[in-house]
Amino acid sequence: MNAPARLTPLHGQHLAAGARMVNFAGWEMPVNYGSQIAEHHAVRRRAGMFDVSHMLALDLSGAGATLFLRGLLANDVARLGQPGKALYSCMLNKNGGVIDDLIVYRLADDDYRLVVNAGTADKDLAWMRSRIAETGANVTLQGRRDLAMIAVQGPQARELFGAALPGLRDAMTPLATFSGARVGDTFIGRTGYTGEDGLELALPSTEAAAAWQALAAAGVAPCGLGARDTLRLEAGMNLYGQDMDENVSPLDAGLSWTVDLRDESRDFVGREALALKPATRRLLGLVLEAPGVLRAHMPVHTGDGDGETTSGSFSPTLEKAIAFARLPLAIQPGSQVSVDVRGKLLPARVVKPPFVRNGEALV
Amino acid sequence: MSNLPANLKYAASHEWVRSEADGTLTIGITDHAQEALGDVVFLELPEVGRKVAAGESCAVIESVKAASDIYAPVGGEIIANNGAAVDAPESVNADAYATWLFKIRPDDPAQLDTLLDAAGYSASIAE
Repeated sequence: MNAPARLTPLHGQHLAAGARMVNFAGWEMPVNYGSQIAEHHAVRRRAGMFDVSHMLALDLSGAGATLFLRGLLANDVARLGQPGKALYSCMLNKNGGVIDDLIVYRLADDDYRLVVNAGTADKDLAWMRSRIAETGANVTLQGRRDLAMIAVQGPQARELFGAALPGLRDAMTPLATFSGARVGDTFIGRTGYTGEDGLELALPSTEAAAAWQALAAAGVAPCGLGARDTLRLEAGMNLYGQDMDENVSPLDAGLSWTVDLRDESRDFVGREALALKPATRRLLGLVLEAPGVLRAHMPVHTGDGDGETTSGSFSPTLEKAIAFARLPLAIQPGSQVSVDVRGKLLPARVVKPPFVRNGEALV
Repeated sequence: MSNLPANLKYAASHEWVRSEADGTLTIGITDHAQEALGDVVFLELPEVGRKVAAGESCAVIESVKAASDIYAPVGGEIIANNGAAVDAPESVNADAYATWLFKIRPDDPAQLDTLLDAAGYSASIAE
């Protein structure tokens, strides 16, 4: 388990920028380049960029690709009418637990690009290969470790991206939210994990450093995993392994909206288990109404039973502690609860995430 | 690497200690500690009048990233805490040595000799 940490094609850029590096899912990644809070604000107010090359792009193609994905994923790729559209989905096991959450882009009729989490990439590939074998699907699946990925996020992300990478500007400019375009071996998606407008760029590893430097020169701030976590938390976006995992149903993790049950004939992995196991908890947001900081795994006491935080931090935008918590079904936004913060019971207000979207506080 | 003033004493648990002319001790956290913690967003400091033992956890510092205990470097009575730092926790990041956290009147001034000097602390964080 103590294999040397893997390095992304942008590792040298992080060291040159004075990043503080940490091990994340077996990869040596930047946690910040000085101030996590300054990086967080850069994304909310201007533009920031993240090296997300530790995540894995997968290409799935072949005459059976659409049928295969309709059986593999809890969300329905049949929603992706137009090539270029993107969909967020969970990939479930037979018990209805979450193997991973991912983004799938439809590149052409039977040609898909999936992006999965770093820590689950090997497991995901093995699972998908076993499903291909089991179903006899007519598809080819290819992991794309030859690509680097950079997320450029913030209200000025598209403008600065176009200035920094003029060769990609014409492909980027017309992109609608949650869609993407391929330019040769490069892919641009108007997607992200921050609650701001922005882009995710996948490009050949050999071109990554030059793109990173061009974006930095255009004024895009390098941002680490620390800011990525507080941004996604404010944006109400789940983190795999923390807010859900193989033992948690998407229905208990605030992800019912991603489970598409409309086509009754669609038999995706986990569907039967979900039908037998309705939601037992709901994932909601907490805003701490006292000084202190919320973290994961703090007990939450309510008038309807106990719950637990799954993610928590200090929100740089709200300047208050916030969290996600798995709570009894009876709890509604607006309820008052108390959280056991390092042995002290502190008051918190229940809210419906997101806490922040497009730079605006919503709670 | 780290900034370690030679006129201070240090605890291996990352507190700095300054001896004042009146025999009291002023305590904060080291530059190395603030850098490791990242952006500080919350401080909980001991009440004035509280008696603490050497090595007792008596304050909490939280960054965006994590919570960490602060320990009394010597035993004694808390005689002051820095409310300005509580109101502006980021001042710990801006200057860890200018931002004191609390003051102790030590029970036994000789306990100060058990603390590290700058070289000793520097060696302890290099390990």
